[in-house]
Amino acid sequence: MEELLIPITVFVLASFAGFEVISKVPPTLHTPLMSGSNAISGISIIGAVIAAGLVEGTLGQILGFLAVAFATINVVGGFLVTDRMLAMFHNRDGRP
Amino acid sequence: MNPTLGEYLYLVAVVLFIVGLKRMSSPRTARSGNQMAAVGMLIAAVVTLLDQRIVSYVTIIAGLLVGGAAGAIMARRVQMTAMPQLVALFNGLGGGASALVALIEIHMGSSDVRTAVTAAVSILVGTVTLTGSLVAFAKLQELISGAPKTYPGQQFGDSLLGLAILAASVMLVVSGGGVAWAWAAAGLAAVIGITRVMPIGGGDMPVVISFLNALSGLAAAAAGFVIQSNALIVSGALVGAAGLILTSIMARAMNRTLRDILFGGFGGLQEGEYGVDSGRTARRATPEDVAITLAYARTVVVVPGYGLAVAQAQHAMKELEQALTKRGVDVRYAIHPVAGRMPGHMNVLLAEADVDYEKLYDLEDINREFPHTDVALVVGANDVVNPLARDDPNSPIAGMPILDVDKAKTVVVIKRSLSPGFAGIDNPLFYLDNTLMLFADARQGLAEIVDALKDV
Repeated sequence: MEELLIPITVFVLASFAGFEVISKVPPTLHTPLMSGSNAISGISIIGAVIAAGLVEGTLGQILGFLAVAFATINVVGGFLVTDRMLAMFHNRDGRP
Repeated sequence: MNPTLGEYLYLVAVVLFIVGLKRMSSPRTARSGNQMAAVGMLIAAVVTLLDQRIVSYVTIIAGLLVGGAAGAIMARRVQMTAMPQLVALFNGLGGGASALVALIEIHMGSSDVRTAVTAAVSILVGTVTLTGSLVAFAKLQELISGAPKTYPGQQFGDSLLGLAILAASVMLVVSGGGVAWAWAAAGLAAVIGITRVMPIGGGDMPVVISFLNALSGLAAAAAGFVIQSNALIVSGALVGAAGLILTSIMARAMNRTLRDILFGGFGGLQEGEYGVDSGRTARRATPEDVAITLAYARTVVVVPGYGLAVAQAQHAMKELEQALTKRGVDVRYAIHPVAGRMPGHMNVLLAEADVDYEKLYDLEDINREFPHTDVALVVGANDVVNPLARDDPNSPIAGMPILDVDKAKTVVVIKRSLSPGFAGIDNPLFYLDNTLMLFADARQGLAEIVDALKDV
């Protein structure tokens, strides 16, 4: 399990970075934070694209197609809908 | 592309995610932050598409086109009131993609222990996220009832399921990446995702959606362990952290632990069993009464709830705010963290109706103001303004932080009926001497008040 040491280190440090970066988000932005971070979890598109480009056989191709399609919906839909929401936030001067 | 250059570009993408999330901490910078994260994702996707290992592009391009079109259409068409179910759906698909990546890896015959162990984790977390989110979506979209649903012997059944999942995962590792065991683990995880979310009621949805958001990140990180990608591990950890922070904020706002919500109902109480007292009478008001009360107030604090979202009443609310502001009334909004069906749900709805976000106040900030407030206007909210949570230690919602609207000089409640909220608890607020009840759908009620104001 020694080969897991580096990825686990990366994971733990990234989690701390995440907690630090996100802990001060005001309630007004909770929904966009959630949908925006949700779009980032679509990063599995990387794995999906490689897997779909490598896998052989009909079942493999179907799974690859679904993986790419799911991740792409997550990414494209997530970022677009977050942008749409954030475009609506204005204060009294009409500034964002 | 040179693999080393690719790795550096993945690092650029991850840095853009972190800076983008950081910019989400202020409304002024949030939009550009989201765009930076999107650029990061585009870089990551392009680098991946240029990967030399890819032998065929047919499936990839089909997936990108179908997924991109579907995602764009959903993002453009969705109404702001339906945002919770859309986010739930996207969460689920992200988790599903991560589980599929691990399943394909097993299909391609990866058989070392490391791959098998990490694939088992990725398949379990990803599949639970997928089916759990689909149930949450169905409940929010009202395809199925939002009420808690259990099956006989649930605790025992779910424990058995848990053991079976553990057994299948162990066999997946022991068999050196047996495809059948991977599918068995996925199938069982799919079932437990359903049985664990079905018992959770609509009012607990803000917690559940936040938790599923965290799981979708953890699933991506687990997939990163399977395919040895730092970009996936870091991004997944970031999303996991964001989801866990929101989960804990939501759970604290209900004074409940995540464990209570996932594994217990509301303290075993039956709906409507607690404290219902039909002997009291509520003071019924007409839209004209409410219009007069509001017109002669100096300060009004509006408390929006899920009823405002259901009735799509955010624009009617804005009209009332404008009419009152024109008369010199000071109008502010008090937002409870769990009002609505997801974190920040009310803020998004009011932003859509062009309400200035600087008029929106958090629980701690506004509670000090209620004793000096002339009118507290409660629109479609219930449990978050129930004084029992503060005053009765035996109440099932005891200790849940509430908005102290009962301390305002006058309370006006717009609500369709006296029926209890999701907790099934009667609300003594409705029977107070200083409370006026306007029985109406939120949008219609607000519109009638605006009309009546013209004659005051």
